[in-house]
Amino acid sequence: METIKEKYISDFRKAEENMNGEASTAFHQFRKSAIAKFDELGFPSLKNEDWKYTNISPLFNYEFTKGADLNISKKEVEKYMIKGLDENVIVFVNGIYSEKHSSIKKQQTGIVIESLKNVIKNNAGLILDHIGKIAEIDNGFTALNTAFAGEGAVIFVPDNAAVNGHIHLLNITGEKDRNILTQPRHIIITGKNCNVKIIESYHSTGSEANLVNAVSEIAVGEGSIVEIYRLQQENESSFQINRTHALQSANSTFTHYSVTLGGGIVRNDTNIKLDAENCTGNLYGLYLTEGNQHVDNHTLIDHAKPHCQSNEMYKGVLNDRSKGVFNGKVFVREDAQKTNAYQSNKAILLTDTASIDTKPQLEIFADDVKCSHGAAIGQLDDEAVFYLRSRGIGEEMARTVLIRAFANDIFETIENDAFHEHLNHLVFEKLK
Amino acid sequence: MSTELSNVEELAIKDYKYGFETEIEMETLPKGLNEDIVRKISEKKNEPEWMLEWRLKAFRHWLTLEKQSEPKWANISYPAVDFQDIIYYAAPKKKPELKSLDEVDPELLKTFEKLGISLQEQKRLSGVAVDAVFDSVSVTTTFKEELSKLGIIFCSMSEAVKEHPELVKKYIGSVVPYTDNFYAALNSAVFSDGSFCYIPKGVRCPMELSTYFRINTSGTGQFERTLLIADEGGYVSYLEGCTAPMRDENQLHAAVVELIALDNATIKYSTVQNWYPGDQEGKGGIYNFVTKRGACRGVNSKITWTQVETGSAITWKYPSCILQGDNSIGEFYSVAVTNNFQQADTGTKMIHLGKNTKSTIVSKGISAGKSNNSYRGLVKVHKNAENSRNFTQCDSLLIGDRCGAHTFPYIEVNNQSAKVEHEATTSKIGEDQLFYLRQRGISMEDSINMIVNGYCKDVFRELPMEFAVEAQKLLSISLEGSVG
Repeated sequence: METIKEKYISDFRKAEENMNGEASTAFHQFRKSAIAKFDELGFPSLKNEDWKYTNISPLFNYEFTKGADLNISKKEVEKYMIKGLDENVIVFVNGIYSEKHSSIKKQQTGIVIESLKNVIKNNAGLILDHIGKIAEIDNGFTALNTAFAGEGAVIFVPDNAAVNGHIHLLNITGEKDRNILTQPRHIIITGKNCNVKIIESYHSTGSEANLVNAVSEIAVGEGSIVEIYRLQQENESSFQINRTHALQSANSTFTHYSVTLGGGIVRNDTNIKLDAENCTGNLYGLYLTEGNQHVDNHTLIDHAKPHCQSNEMYKGVLNDRSKGVFNGKVFVREDAQKTNAYQSNKAILLTDTASIDTKPQLEIFADDVKCSHGAAIGQLDDEAVFYLRSRGIGEEMARTVLIRAFANDIFETIENDAFHEHLNHLVFEKLK
Repeated sequence: MSTELSNVEELAIKDYKYGFETEIEMETLPKGLNEDIVRKISEKKNEPEWMLEWRLKAFRHWLTLEKQSEPKWANISYPAVDFQDIIYYAAPKKKPELKSLDEVDPELLKTFEKLGISLQEQKRLSGVAVDAVFDSVSVTTTFKEELSKLGIIFCSMSEAVKEHPELVKKYIGSVVPYTDNFYAALNSAVFSDGSFCYIPKGVRCPMELSTYFRINTSGTGQFERTLLIADEGGYVSYLEGCTAPMRDENQLHAAVVELIALDNATIKYSTVQNWYPGDQEGKGGIYNFVTKRGACRGVNSKITWTQVETGSAITWKYPSCILQGDNSIGEFYSVAVTNNFQQADTGTKMIHLGKNTKSTIVSKGISAGKSNNSYRGLVKVHKNAENSRNFTQCDSLLIGDRCGAHTFPYIEVNNQSAKVEHEATTSKIGEDQLFYLRQRGISMEDSINMIVNGYCKDVFRELPMEFAVEAQKLLSISLEGSVG
């Protein structure tokens, strides 16, 4: 019997045979090198230090297949849009770009907000310099995503341009009685002095197990400000392997928010490389888990050049039998003098069956730096609960208030009121 | 503070002050490792059958591990060790039954004097009982009689095997089984000697017990094994100091230390390790691959590890505590200094199993030159460890721009009532602090010494008095020349 790995490789060959001419393009050569890499790497196992706490073997119990572009209603799509937010929406149904549901506002000339499929067909030169260059292929999932790269979003912002409104990449996955595999590849490239805000959200319809294996690559241009908000709200039997890589040029600011509320097994790799002077990188994350959820956040901040700073704060609240994993690596290279790097990871365990494994990791090769990390794991403060209860607030409510206050540290820095409110509402719903 | 500063100049001219060889006739076994060598070691030591059996079992296990090659996960790099190129046993030839110090070979006594631990002196003045391990065999044990009045057994491991087999049999390998890791298996097979200590019920050991390890013969690996048991209500403070002569070849050192604390017992284990770190080009030095672990078996038991690691080319060492008994406490205080091409990967494991268990970790790493210093630690709270508490602080100080400081803390929590805190910082010596001292007429070298000593204070405070003074001096020697 062929293994799952072999199945993906033969799927690739089959897809290749059905290509008309595309097989000879430069883009496809790039895919071919990725499948070779996948053949070599395979899927990670617990023996791999980076996957020590996340067992992906449940994933092999399903046979995931590519989904169809289902005809879902406008109402269904609107459910996931953010009320009161001025947004460009790019909708993917089962990983396939849905032109019908997407709506893009009028933008300055030169700005490209397109599906990857169209860009590969008409304008592949735009991305060839970047794709696969920012997110290195160092594990099987990234290799697989690259080999099957064909769907996703391309956002290109030229020098000194401002995007009109937020860009919302809305991913809806699910089909009755089928297990869907989607492998979105998002590529975001900004020129000098741009300002872009992107929301990446993942939802599922129905309760079938789906697998989303997403990779996002972001090139942040000189002096640009890029913000990415990743919202994971899939059902509790689904899997998501998400990898985000950002490469920063001089004087740029990159901020990434990761909010994980749904998903059965979620693994996020969020990596940024501060590749020029005076960059600021911010990583914020919040995960609220219950049932049997397993959420693994791996982050890497690579300080390659001097005079940069990074902030990182991840918070988790774990209920029932859920499991959290946090691994935050800060890497300061020899030349990256005058680096300031702060990292903190805090988690609250609500039950005896919930667990957390955390590993904040500093690797520092430069001496004139200030780096610190803190990790704390505990429970809700009984005295604080008592304080609220003595003022006539029920225990349930008191706990909710405290958890929301704990989580609010992450949202505080979000400027947009509508979006802030949306997130607050989601957290509130989740805690109910 | 003034005493150690006045010595700085004196220290400045010394590279490695323990670098000399003692010419004593040594009895060595041929190089290499096979079952015969293991049998011969056992035979030389007149060991009973069960001990040999245990060694052989360990050796066979090691063979299976060797096929998969030695562990590679640590953040260190070094050429592969040829385990067949090591002398596994070296004993001073003259080894009569010793009753008093006068009978000890005078050459040997001189060595100890040079080391600054003259047995005589120690015996007379400070009341420290010393069990000196010279290469592989424990030479003499002082204060034995005095201790035995209290029922305390403090002797060499080989003696213990013969005279207290029931205790050795019961406890050896119970904390670090030979299957534990590559070097523990190797040690179990070929351990030459070490110290054994048993504190009976309700006895508080009146003096600090101490061992000195010294690697002398070229090409010998030192494999000592220490077993320390504190029975119910017992208390002991144990010091361990290590030096080795200067040599080009890298020498392997793979020790195993097991501590067992029963109900209400307390064990304090302090180490100052200043083995030869190699020269400024990174040539030579000791490979120090040590397994140290303590088990807090009983309720309210407590184990404290304090270490000052300034020597060795490579240090690979994780003194750990298994907090089994309810309310037991584990502590780990460490200063690790690396200079030139030294590499240290050290830290601790605190395994919380019992209720209300507490652990404290304070680790101070200092890297200078082209060295790499890593902290690697695990805090694990098991499901049943209600109300367990951990506090971890690991700080790194970087001196010079070609060195590295790394932290790999693993935290695994499976109980909601646990409170685990971890803090880490990395920085260099503050310009403002330096300026403040310089402005008051203190030289650069002294200023740095002062700041570094202050930075390590939290750990030095935990050391017994004599050790604390030595540790401060060592620190300044180790950092010698690292300031431009």
